[in-house]
Amino acid sequence: MRQALVAIVLLAGLGAATVALAEPPSGIVHEPGGSEHSKAQLGAGLFAANCASCHGPLGEGVERANDRGAGGIAAQGPSLRGVGELAPDFYLRTGRMPIAHAGEEPERQRPLFNSREIAAISAYVAGFGGGPKVPHPHPDYGSPVEGMSLFTEHCAGCHQIVGEGGYVSGAKVPVLQHANATEIAEAVRIGPFLMPKFPKSQISDADLDKIVAYVLASQHPDDRGGLGIGHLGPVPEGIVAWLVAAFALTGVCVLIGSRLKT
Amino acid sequence: MKRRAELGIAFLLLGAAACAVMFLVVYALGWPHMTQYLGLCLGAALALLAAALILTSAKLFPADAEEVVEDYPPTEHPMDQHEADQVLSDAGGRFTRKRLLGGAATAAGAALGAALLAPAASFGPFLDTKSFYYSPWRRDRRLVDEDGEPLRAAEIETETFYTAYPENAYREELAAPLVVVRLEPGELEMPAGRKGWTPEGIVAYSKICTHAGCAIALYRTPRFGAAEPGPALVCPCHYSTFDPARGAEVTFGPAGRPLPQLPLLVDSKGDLRAAGEFSGPVGPAFWGVRTRRPSSS
Repeated sequence: MRQALVAIVLLAGLGAATVALAEPPSGIVHEPGGSEHSKAQLGAGLFAANCASCHGPLGEGVERANDRGAGGIAAQGPSLRGVGELAPDFYLRTGRMPIAHAGEEPERQRPLFNSREIAAISAYVAGFGGGPKVPHPHPDYGSPVEGMSLFTEHCAGCHQIVGEGGYVSGAKVPVLQHANATEIAEAVRIGPFLMPKFPKSQISDADLDKIVAYVLASQHPDDRGGLGIGHLGPVPEGIVAWLVAAFALTGVCVLIGSRLKT
Repeated sequence: MKRRAELGIAFLLLGAAACAVMFLVVYALGWPHMTQYLGLCLGAALALLAAALILTSAKLFPADAEEVVEDYPPTEHPMDQHEADQVLSDAGGRFTRKRLLGGAATAAGAALGAALLAPAASFGPFLDTKSFYYSPWRRDRRLVDEDGEPLRAAEIETETFYTAYPENAYREELAAPLVVVRLEPGELEMPAGRKGWTPEGIVAYSKICTHAGCAIALYRTPRFGAAEPGPALVCPCHYSTFDPARGAEVTFGPAGRPLPQLPLLVDSKGDLRAAGEFSGPVGPAFWGVRTRRPSSS
């Protein structure tokens, strides 16, 4: 009986070790017993464990590639002073952080922290030097029609007119189909990765509401004819048209040929 | 039967010619919604031409004509036949119809050819390129935004971009719009001869791409400059990429030369003004651009 118990404990230990080894080396560390900590403690602990190696223990950033961040880990990352709650909320809520290397494009993924952890880290980062709060856009107040013309002017050059994304020199442009109102507003104000930021002097909060209203509307397009063909605009639609025309013309050729034979 | 067909063909060909002439008239008058009318005229001309060709093949060269294999019997009365030919040729009925057909075909061909060549006039002045060099920018002309408000140097932020127009000037001119960005003065590596063009690190370039004339509508701004690609002005049409910190030199894409730069100054009120004229001709290159290009770019 006791031998069986020892065996079970050993096996469980081995299993845990295997799981620990299987975790990627850059995997995140959750605060053990996180629910018992205060928000400030939780934020500080999570930041120290997951963010400080690249962003520095006080969010001062690690500018040069050979510098060493917290814990002597060779890493690199931008300063977080003055980014406020807005940037960490966006990057963590969309799973864009953490990334493996500086310079890699942060992409939307399943978020690795829960809402409480994100709020704690965001508040902690905002403590480094103030900065903007998480925005609360009101897409219900904005007209998607005006939003479309603003989106065309400011966003569609990279994100395409229905927010399908694409490529620009140096970056993959993210698809906007899964972004919620807050994330869209945050991205406009931050300008993540290679995107420019749009301060209030460029896009007012009222205009931002319209843009958000349009992007949300574009996530459920009313496809006339039933098929969106990727929503990528005239190029795929043109290719489909050519395919249909090719079949039709081939049919006409066959018809003409068969008539001449008789 | 054949006679009626020939008249019909001539009629269709003349119709095609008339439509092609109409195309020329519409093009010359420059009507509103001109392209729709141009398309209509050209489409009708081609449709009538096609109808004429179909009628020709169906009526004048009937399919069963090839099956006539029997030779004419040898001439029995050469003199009589010669006389008959003479009479026929004098009567001339068939001869004029043939000429009518030929004339109609020539008219249709000439009119359609002229209609197809005429739009080349839209390429612009052929030899006189002086108007291509026109620019509304002069020293001390103020930069204003879309609403006509002056652009203040202190309000220009980094990591975003602004569109500016010349104050009190026609904005639809190719050389009117500018893209204005602020960079860290330490990042700037301007070409020789452009000292003092960039007060406080604010740079201004023509917003018109030097490749195909699209508007430079994209500004790439790295969030973390140490590890990400540097700032760039990008044209959304063909992704020509210009480095704003190095006199808008081309770093990627099909553009053949840098964006022309406008020297700036900040006046006593803090507004941005032009400090001179563009460093080169604006917009897509045209004949003579390279020779008249200033040596600095």
